[in-house]
Formats: sequence, structure tokens, C-alpha cells
Amino acid sequence: MSNLETLQKEPRSGLLKNYKLEFTPYLLLIPGLLWLFTFFILPILNLSTTSTKTRSPSFETGAFDQTWRFLNYVDAFVENQEQFYRSFIYALIATVLALAIAYPLAYAIAFRSGAMKNILLVLVIAPFFTSFLLRTLAWKQILGSEGPVVSLLQNLNIMNSGQTITATSFSVIMGLTYNFLPFMTLPIYASLDRIDPKLLEASGDLFANSLNTFRKVTLPLSMPGVVAGTLLTFIPASGDYINASILGNPNTKMIGNVIDSRFFRVVDYPTAAALSFILMAVILIIVSVYIRRTGTDELV
Amino acid sequence: MRKWLSKNIIRIYAGVALFYVFIPVAYTIVFSFNDSKKRNINWQGFTFNNWLNPCDADGICEALGNSLRIGFISTLISTVIGTMIAFAIGRYAFKGRSSVNLLIFLPMATPEIVLGASLLAMFLNLGINPGFWPTIIAHVMFCISFVVVTVKARIAGLDPKLEEAARDLYANEWETFRRVTFPLVLPGVAAAALLAFALSFDDFIITNFNSGTVSTFPKFVWVSATRGVPPQANVVGSIMFIGALAIVILGQVVNRRKVR
Amino acid sequence: MGDEVSKFVQGDLKLVNLTKEFGDFTAVDDLTLTIPKGSFFALLGPSGCGKTTTLRMIAGLEEPTSGTISIGDKNITDLKSYSRPVNTVFQNYALFPHLSIFENVAFGLRRRGIKDVKETVMKALELVELGHLKDRKPAQLSGGQQQRIAVARAIVNRPAVLLLDEPLGALDLKLRRQMQIELKWIQTEVGITFIHVTHDQEEAMTMADTIAVMNNGKIEQLGSPSELYENPKTTFVANFLGQSNFLQGIVESESNGETIVIAHGIRITMPSSRNNGSTASVKIGVRPEKFRIHFVGSELPGNLLIGGVVTDISFVGVSTQYMVEMPWKQEIMVFEQNDGGAPNIKKGDQVSLTWEPQFTFALNGE
Repeated sequence: MSNLETLQKEPRSGLLKNYKLEFTPYLLLIPGLLWLFTFFILPILNLSTTSTKTRSPSFETGAFDQTWRFLNYVDAFVENQEQFYRSFIYALIATVLALAIAYPLAYAIAFRSGAMKNILLVLVIAPFFTSFLLRTLAWKQILGSEGPVVSLLQNLNIMNSGQTITATSFSVIMGLTYNFLPFMTLPIYASLDRIDPKLLEASGDLFANSLNTFRKVTLPLSMPGVVAGTLLTFIPASGDYINASILGNPNTKMIGNVIDSRFFRVVDYPTAAALSFILMAVILIIVSVYIRRTGTDELV
Repeated sequence: MRKWLSKNIIRIYAGVALFYVFIPVAYTIVFSFNDSKKRNINWQGFTFNNWLNPCDADGICEALGNSLRIGFISTLISTVIGTMIAFAIGRYAFKGRSSVNLLIFLPMATPEIVLGASLLAMFLNLGINPGFWPTIIAHVMFCISFVVVTVKARIAGLDPKLEEAARDLYANEWETFRRVTFPLVLPGVAAAALLAFALSFDDFIITNFNSGTVSTFPKFVWVSATRGVPPQANVVGSIMFIGALAIVILGQVVNRRKVR
Repeated sequence: MGDEVSKFVQGDLKLVNLTKEFGDFTAVDDLTLTIPKGSFFALLGPSGCGKTTTLRMIAGLEEPTSGTISIGDKNITDLKSYSRPVNTVFQNYALFPHLSIFENVAFGLRRRGIKDVKETVMKALELVELGHLKDRKPAQLSGGQQQRIAVARAIVNRPAVLLLDEPLGALDLKLRRQMQIELKWIQTEVGITFIHVTHDQEEAMTMADTIAVMNNGKIEQLGSPSELYENPKTTFVANFLGQSNFLQGIVESESNGETIVIAHGIRITMPSSRNNGSTASVKIGVRPEKFRIHFVGSELPGNLLIGGVVTDISFVGVSTQYMVEMPWKQEIMVFEQNDGGAPNIKKGDQVSLTWEPQFTFALNGE
């Protein structure tokens, strides 16, 4: 009763001090905010000025003049439309797949593992300490034309010789799904683990069958984890180029590959910058619509 | 049988998912014992040589050393300043709190390639050559947000009554922090540090932009991938996996001791 | 900060014009109250009545909007919570999970710079009979044990005032009863002023010497448990402590310390001292157990209600509860002890109700 009283009528004063002129929070924030401002905000702003430059008439590599050519954005987008669509579609499919794998996994660890809980959690996380690149290369070997999977499928006559699993959009999406799986699993697990099992029992008591309990109680309560997980999967997946490089072919190139090659191979900084901005803008739009829709305000 | 299946379907599913997670790890570990010289693709026979001489592959130990150094320094800096931010957000109401939240979230919402490219462009404009310290700057930048999120979750889970109890029992602000708040948030800080180290150690994209000629372990793997990754790289990967497993299990054991 | 804390003047706790506002909401409204040194005092009220806020202001965990708090002659209103000679037993105990039981209890002593704490801590642990658990962690203790450690952790500091915030709320009924007796005993033993916040009227009545019933940030009535029960001054108190039947009436006459009230055409006699109303229109209150139930024609002397019909009977062990519908369609609740004295009444029977005038109380009518 008194808990309710504190919740409804009186602000939880222990949690947050009232608005007062206090210097402590600002002092705590200074180093971190300074760091983020100098090495995140400023570079992004700097990149925005690069995006409207054009190649210097001297045609010297890496020399550009500021001409405020906003058409760079249009050109960059039109030229690489296909890779943009592909990036977002791949990232979307990978996110859905990762959710389909991670949710039951997190659920099983949170509610069905008993004493094994901590061990299972460790087992889920530990593989991701083996280098990201090594694991992706391992998939390439396992699914490659000399690997065990292909030879098995060929022996069973499911695959023709000459057909491959790697160098397809399937293998790129699978790689994306695999590599960002812990970013999906951990937030979902965290929000499931916070649910009081008594709530689920209570729902069972109120004659809800297990499917209804899940739909009406578990799922809504785990939504913050699902939102965080899908974002933490979708965002890096849409900008990734490692999976497409290792597991793909020239026709599965994602926008990350284009930005990378514009930067390092073509040395066309304005186009690379414009592409980066378009990518960021699209992601931010998708993220804010998504957050609006799912009604989660505070993500961090 | 049907009843058993419907009762355990979720466990079976989780088991299959875990299997999927472990396939490439198992592959990496197995092939760390492969007796191949360079192209570690086909099984050539079992050997302990790679484990006994992990530095035999050219440049691998130098790359590993750099990765460890960068990892430790980045972890230290990002954990300290990230924890400070987490306390500010988690414990105080202040003007601009939501803007700070947004600023913390933005680096996580920005693809790594954009983070890496923009930072490199600025360094080049300023005449700073990419290398060891620019890499650390970049790693700290993207680790901060993850540290903040991890530590903040722990702070949010802390019962404010405990701090009130400390103040009620004659502990002033500083003593309350030192004796009660910090010890209770510490596991969250440890988890954040582990996460930051993992992110830093494993980062390739941002590092590739900002490290210049400094080699790191992921860069070593990437570069050697075209010629075939030497089995020693698998040794390093396996050690990382086993090390992480050991640290977390050790943490669990210590935790359980403490309670007992 | 040394030991100046405990060198405080001991004495009565005085709250003067204490007010706390949270935005538009006034949690505590101009509260003035003196709690004598060494008493067991209860703040009783429903959720949101302001009792917890009052307690938190005394502890220094909440700053009053206005008003003062003092102990003896010392004004402590502006002291930080860690400089007050006040300790709290928190709801859900708030034991430090990372410290052993011994260190939990020693916490306050150590913060005050006391070096040799062992003897004092062990004494406090012996007082709650848990000395053997000193090396355990809070998570390894049962709810009742944690509760006792929370008490030991507070009283080891010998505060001038000990605050208890719903300390028994998390315990099951049997353990709660046992702890009520134990707390009462500890209070007598240590002689510290206890202020106990609760919404459980039975708990407040069992333990406290004096109870203040709070509602909407104000004190409705202050007094001993029997005073509050037998002669409630407001409808809120009458209903919050136990149950009451009310009859709307008009005061007809008052002489020789006796007041006559006419309610639904019936003459009701009562002592004038028990008329807490100030208007002619009054509400007559009678507790359900004060009624005697009779078959028509065998009534006892005293005030009398006739023409009732029994609409419901429930047997609850020590007593039987009857619902009796009066001719004006009001239902009256009657408790009869199961001591064989009550007649064998069945549902639908015509009955009369009697009670002694001295058990009547009156409040302002509507």
C-alpha cells in the first residue's frame, strides 16, 4: 500500500535530486561530453563540409575545393541506389532473423534454464570474443565450395556441382544475422530477466493459457529489450561491409562497401561523405519512426 | 511424446540456436591445431606447434600486442568517463539531461563506417597522421556509449533506499558513495569494462580508417585473409574465447563466494 | 563529524507547522505535533495520507516546504540526515547487500568515527537474538531475521528517535504478530522514542501508546488506542479504526450530562461528553459489537431499535456477524460473541437491537 503511495503521490526523491543548481552532474559530464563533441560531433560536421566539395581543377589526388555543390548528394544517391536498397533490405532481413533466433534463446535462458542460467548466458556471449573476422572467415570455409556443407549437399544431390552457398546474398544475410546476434540477445535477455516470475504465475492464475500469458504479459514487458536489440542489430548491419566482402560477390555489395572503396580506393572524399550522410539520415529517420511507433522514449 | 515436445520445444530451439552460435568457434578452435603452413583451409593433420609457437606467423604478435595495448588504454579511459556520465544521468536531474541522452545514443545509431571515415577526415584536415593514439581516441569515442548504457542500467536497478539508509546512518555524501553506491555499482562497471575491451579488441572498421600503418589483430586477419589466414590467428582467437569464458566464470565464482 | 551527533540534547520531538508540498499536491498540511520522549508513537493512516512524508522529513530525507522540527531545545530542521540523532528502520529494510550482518550493524558506529565497535554491535545483535548470524550476508537471512537486523542496525546508534516505516509490511501474519510483541519489548528495553508509520490499524493499536490518525496531510485525531476506538472524533477515524454503524439524528435536549437524540423517530440517550458534534444535526455512532440482538419481546434495558429483519448471518469463529435491515432500509451490522448468550436467530427473523447509552458516540451530522 505504502509503495503505491510513494509511487503515485510522492516523487521518488532518492532516485533523482530535484532541479537545483548543482554542479556535480555537470562536472561528471564534462570529460565525456568534451570527448564526444571533439571526436564525434566535430568530425561529423567536418564531414558535412567535405560532402559539398568538388575535385580540384589540378586533378591532384585528394585535393578538393569547397564549391557547395549539394548536387553531390543527388549524384551519390542516384549512382548507388541499388546498394542503398540492398543494404536496408539485407539489414532488415538479418534483423528479423536475429530476432527470431534471439528471442526464444533469451526466453529459454531467462525462464527455462534453472541453475544453468549463468552458464548459458556465458556460452551465448563467449563466442563473440573470438574475432569477428575470424568467425566470418570460418563461415566462409564451412559454407565454401570445399567445405563440409556443400559436399554433403552435393552428395545428397540437393545441390548441383558448381552451385555455391558463399558468394550469394543468402550467405551475406546469414553472416550479418550471425555477427550481430549478441546485440539482439543481450537486451532481450536483460528485459526478460527483469520480469517478476510472480507476474507470469499471476497471469496463469487468472486463467490465461501460456500463449495468452506470453502475448499479454511477457511480450509487452520485454518490448524495451526488443526495441533496443533490433536497433543495435539493424544499425550496424546496414552500414556493414565486412560480411558482404567476405561472404558475398560483386552483386551483393552493400553501401558500406561503396563508402569504403570511395574513401580508400577511389579517393573521392566528397562522394564518400555524401553517402555517409545519406546513410545516417535514412537510419535516423527509420530509427525515430520506429521509436515513435513502439513508444519507447528512453533508449539509453 | 507430443506433450514432452510442446513442453521442451523452446529448450530444443535454444539448443539449436546455441549450436549455430558455436559452429564457427568450434571451426576456429579445431583449425588452430591444423598442421598447415599458410593456407589454413584444408585439414593437414593434428599439431600442437601453432599453440607452442603462436608468434611464428609474421607480424601476428606485433599486431596482437598493439590490439591489447589499444584495448587496455581505451577500456580504461572509456570506462572512467563513461561511468561518470552514467552517474550524472542516473542520479541527477539537470537541465539538458535529454540532450545528453541523445548525444550518448547518436554514436550507437551511426554506422561504424561513418564514425571511422569522419574521424579520419578530420585528423587529415588537422594534419594529424592516423596511428596508435588516433585509434585509441576513436575507440574511446565509440566505447563510451556502451559503457554509459551498461553502468546506467546497474544504477537504475539500485534501490535508492540503500543510499538513504547510509545517509540515515551518519554517512555523508562522499562516504555514502564510497561505502554503498560504488561497491554496489561495481559489477556493472566491470561488465562495462569487459564489453569495452571486447569492442575495442575486435574492432576492424573504425580501426582500419584511423590506425594508419599500425597493425592490429583484426587488421592482421583481414590482410592475411586474401592469402589465407595462418593457423596462429586461430590460436589467438581460441585464446580470446577461452579467456573470456574464464573471466566470466571466475567472476561468477567470486560473486557466489561473496554471497556465501 | 565525530560523536557530536549522539551528544544531542535528548527530549521530546516537536513538529511545528510542518508542511510539505510536491508541486500542487500538499502531502503534509501544517502539522503540529509533540511526541514525548520515550514513547511508542504510531502515525496511522491510509495510502497517501502523508505519514511516510512526515517520517521522511523527521529523518532528514525530505526537506519541509515550511515549518520546524526539533528535539528537546535543538532545532534540527536544517540538519542533513547524517547529522541527526534519528535512525530509521526502512520498509523492506534496505540492508546493505554487499556487507556482512556485523558490518551492516556497525555501519553507523563506524561512520561516527567509533573505533572499537565489536562489543556494541554484538550487544545489539544479542538484543535481537541473532548474534550467531553476524558473518552472513543479508540475502542469506529470512524476512523476519532481516527485519530484526534492520532494527539492530538502527538502535545500536542509540538515537533520540527511532523511525519505523511500515517495518512489518513484508512479513506474513504470524511473524508480524510475533514481531509486534518483540518490537514493543525492545522499545521498553532501550527506552528510545519510537515513531511507527503504518496503515494497519490493528498493528498500531497493539504496539503504540499514542496514535495519530492522519488523513489528507492532517491529523484527524490523537490519543491512546482505546480513546480513538471508543470515542472517535471524526467519521474518518470511526471508520478507519474498526467498523461503525451510523444513525442520522437531531439533538432534542441536553441536561445533567445527558443528551437525547431523535433518530428515525427513536429516542436515543447518550452521555453529553461523548457528543463530538457541534451542530444540532448529529450522526449517532455505535460499534457493531456493542449491540445485543434479541427476539422481539425479550429486550434488555438501554437504547432500543425495533422492527429489524435479519438479512444475513455469518459465523466467524469467536463471533457471529448479523446484518439487520431496519424499517428505514438501513442495514445495521451486529457482532455477537459466540459465548452461548445470544439467542438462536435465523435469517429472516424479526429482531430488536439494544445497547448501553455509554457506548454511543456522536459526530457532526451531514
